[in-house]
Amino acid sequence: MIASAQTGAAATFGRRRLKDRAFTAFLWACGGVALVPLGVIAYYVVRRGLPALSVAFFTKTPAGPLDPSAGGMVQSFIGSGLIVGMACLISIPLGILTAIYLSEYGRGRIADAIRFVAEILLSTPSIVAGLVVSAVVVTAMRSFSAIAGSLAISLLMWPVITRATEEILRLVPQELREGALALGLPRWKVILRIVIPTAGAGILTAMMLAVARGLGETAPILLTALGSDYVNSSPWRPTDAVPLRIYDYARQPLEALQQVAWGGAITLMVGVLVLSIGARVLSARQERRLR
Amino acid sequence: MKSLVVSDLSAWFGRKRVLRSVDMSAEPGSVTAIIGPSGCGKSTLLRCLNRMHEEVRGARAQGKVLFDGLDIYGPGVDPVDVRRRIGMVFQRPNPFPTMSIFENAVAGLRLGSKMRRAELQERAERALRASGLWEEVKDGLDEPGGKLSGGQQQRLCIARALAVEPEVLLMDEPASALDPASTLRIEELIQELKSRYNVVIVTHNMQQAARISDWTLFMLYGEVVEYAPTKKMFTTPEDRRTEDYVTGRFG
Ligand SMILES: Nc1ncnc2c1ncn2[C@@H]1O[C@H](COP(=O)(O)OP(=O)(O)OP(=O)(O)O)[C@@H](O)[C@H]1O
Ligand SMILES: [Mg+2]
Repeated sequence: MIASAQTGAAATFGRRRLKDRAFTAFLWACGGVALVPLGVIAYYVVRRGLPALSVAFFTKTPAGPLDPSAGGMVQSFIGSGLIVGMACLISIPLGILTAIYLSEYGRGRIADAIRFVAEILLSTPSIVAGLVVSAVVVTAMRSFSAIAGSLAISLLMWPVITRATEEILRLVPQELREGALALGLPRWKVILRIVIPTAGAGILTAMMLAVARGLGETAPILLTALGSDYVNSSPWRPTDAVPLRIYDYARQPLEALQQVAWGGAITLMVGVLVLSIGARVLSARQERRLR
Repeated sequence: MKSLVVSDLSAWFGRKRVLRSVDMSAEPGSVTAIIGPSGCGKSTLLRCLNRMHEEVRGARAQGKVLFDGLDIYGPGVDPVDVRRRIGMVFQRPNPFPTMSIFENAVAGLRLGSKMRRAELQERAERALRASGLWEEVKDGLDEPGGKLSGGQQQRLCIARALAVEPEVLLMDEPASALDPASTLRIEELIQELKSRYNVVIVTHNMQQAARISDWTLFMLYGEVVEYAPTKKMFTTPEDRRTEDYVTGRFG
């Protein structure tokens, strides 16, 4: 009786261990499968992109039809910088102010409405944002332009910054706000001198994530900034951008142009990667500090 | 040093009424202890005394709190001014994590007024001496405030409250998160502060109330049951419920 109970228990135990092992193996397999596409992307982008990188790639504009070389895409780098830079100037202050309003003052209907709008924009397909800006701004200005591209990108960056920053601000312990208010400091000063510095790096993280998103967007820029073969630094003129150039060249049958597209892809990926890793590092440091 | 006189004070969290027409007073040069079981409204009452209560979403208060004869809930009174003159120390130490010990100690002055560095240094030293922390931190004033021990952090927070030179000091269970040695240190500190400040302290600890306070207020379910000199409260209370509570028969 006792002996059979014991063997029974041992069998149950053995079966359990087997199940446990099988499940662990299954999870590892899932993790591995998830890594495969990432590996493939990285492999291809590096293998095809690296050979494209050269001084000319970073310094020259596209070659003319009589030139056998493909030229570079300096105009795309400058254009992306211009478009995303202006988009930052618009969306970062607006996003942070909105986040401060939502987390520090926001109560009731208006706040809920703003949150709702941010939520909707966050899930709006980016081409729709481009289409709307195109219909309004490009039509009004009668020209494609860098600024129209920036507005479209802002529409996508603003909700990212707003939601992420609001979340970070909410992580700042209420006790710190109360401690500062109890010293007889006005609310705006408490926010400016205590809440924001405490959230510090977290806000920076939100911005970096938003910039990473802005850099990679293609569709909205296509419909607003159009693209260009020349270096342009005017907000009011059509402007090139890295993802636009990739889109353009990748569809061309010429090997030389496709190679430039891969060069654009690798620089874009590295840029976004650096921003994301930077954001990770900063937010890890931030979490340690708030704990 | 100014007196606080509370009359017919009620407070709500949303619809829930947590203070029912409380009357009390706190005299300069004395320590007033607020005692009562958990949830009876001690913290709420304390927070009504410097208008911190209304910082909680949906919270509101009604009644009179006369500070030196002036109603702090009167029209045109700025809560910022009230808090500046009626300081507060919280249950859990809450030093500002981005600031050094020095910056924490004079946070109210640095952010609230234009003061020269030399003067700030003098005020920081004075406040840190008053809170009994000076000897322990004087060689590391630029260290982050969050690196101190819990008891030291709490004394830093007391220094921070003292540095703006308030006239009343409200303390909400300032020693409840601390070890016995730090608790003793803070109790001594309260005795020293008494001569210069009007101190109101919430405590869970009956012995502590008996040791350090001159007046004791006993609350139950948001109402004042008894308010009397501490000695009387702990020896010959008027109310049966007070007697039960201070002798540990309930709560
Ligand atoms: N932020 C809040 N929102 C809603 N109700 C609250 C809030 N804070 C406190 N209360 C309620 O108000 C009542 C009084 O709370 P208060 O914190 O003043 O009690 P207390 O006497 O300080 O208790 P303790 O000894 O546990 O600190 C309690 O019933 C509590 O549930
Ligand atoms: Mg309490």
